[in-house]
Amino acid sequence: MANVLDSVKFDADGYMEDANAWTKEIGEAIAKREGIAITARHWVVIDYARNEWKTKGEAPTLRNITKNTDVDTKELYSLFPGGPGKLAAKVAGLKKPTGCI
Amino acid sequence: MADKSVRKLSIIASKGSLDMAYPPLILANAARMSGVEVNLFFTFWGLDIINKKKLNHLNVAVVGNPSMHPSVHIPTLLGIIPGMSAAASWMMRREIAKLDFPPVGEFVQLVQDAGAKIYGCKMSMDMMKLTKADLVDGADVLGAMEFIEMSEGGQIIFV
Repeated sequence: MANVLDSVKFDADGYMEDANAWTKEIGEAIAKREGIAITARHWVVIDYARNEWKTKGEAPTLRNITKNTDVDTKELYSLFPGGPGKLAAKVAGLKKPTGCI
Repeated sequence: MADKSVRKLSIIASKGSLDMAYPPLILANAARMSGVEVNLFFTFWGLDIINKKKLNHLNVAVVGNPSMHPSVHIPTLLGIIPGMSAAASWMMRREIAKLDFPPVGEFVQLVQDAGAKIYGCKMSMDMMKLTKADLVDGADVLGAMEFIEMSEGGQIIFV
């Protein structure tokens, strides 16, 4: 499993350098490294974050995610217990969201 | 990789005007988004932020507020005109909504859903004749000493 990440470049905080290089396999491997076992509900968040990044060029805020998907705040925190602001973006291969909400 | 030890933050909210209600909530939410444990302690006027009857009617003061207003300064003498504070508060609520920040009541619910713990200051509540039933659901009542003990090992922010 670790092999998938061998060729991937990360910054000092563990975010992918190049969001374009992201694949679902890489996403799963990053999640595993962060202690998350990916489920279909994680993919709802990750796919949404990827789409937002494609159209807007940056990771969506958590409020954006909870407003536009059926994942609410409580579920988002249970999916990414170490802090969804960082983790969702990390797993989706994106940079930290810059929004404050 | 990221430090696995959990950081802890205690935020004390002592002001209940509309403009001062947001900083503690924004900081609490930001901390939770980053995986930091958060305890929020509401004391004195700050209690209005978690008082069910008041939280959606907080106002901004126009008199004695040198920052009022960013684009058009409201002189103190004009600030005493009835309705001036309500108008300024309405404008501020509109600007806050534009930035996609929720109204105070919804924001309190949001930080609770995000896992922040909310406490009302016992002494202030006694003074204002408030009980736990006056506070938002899920809030607890706590003495200052207990809160300080709870904050051990963490950082404290006073607003």
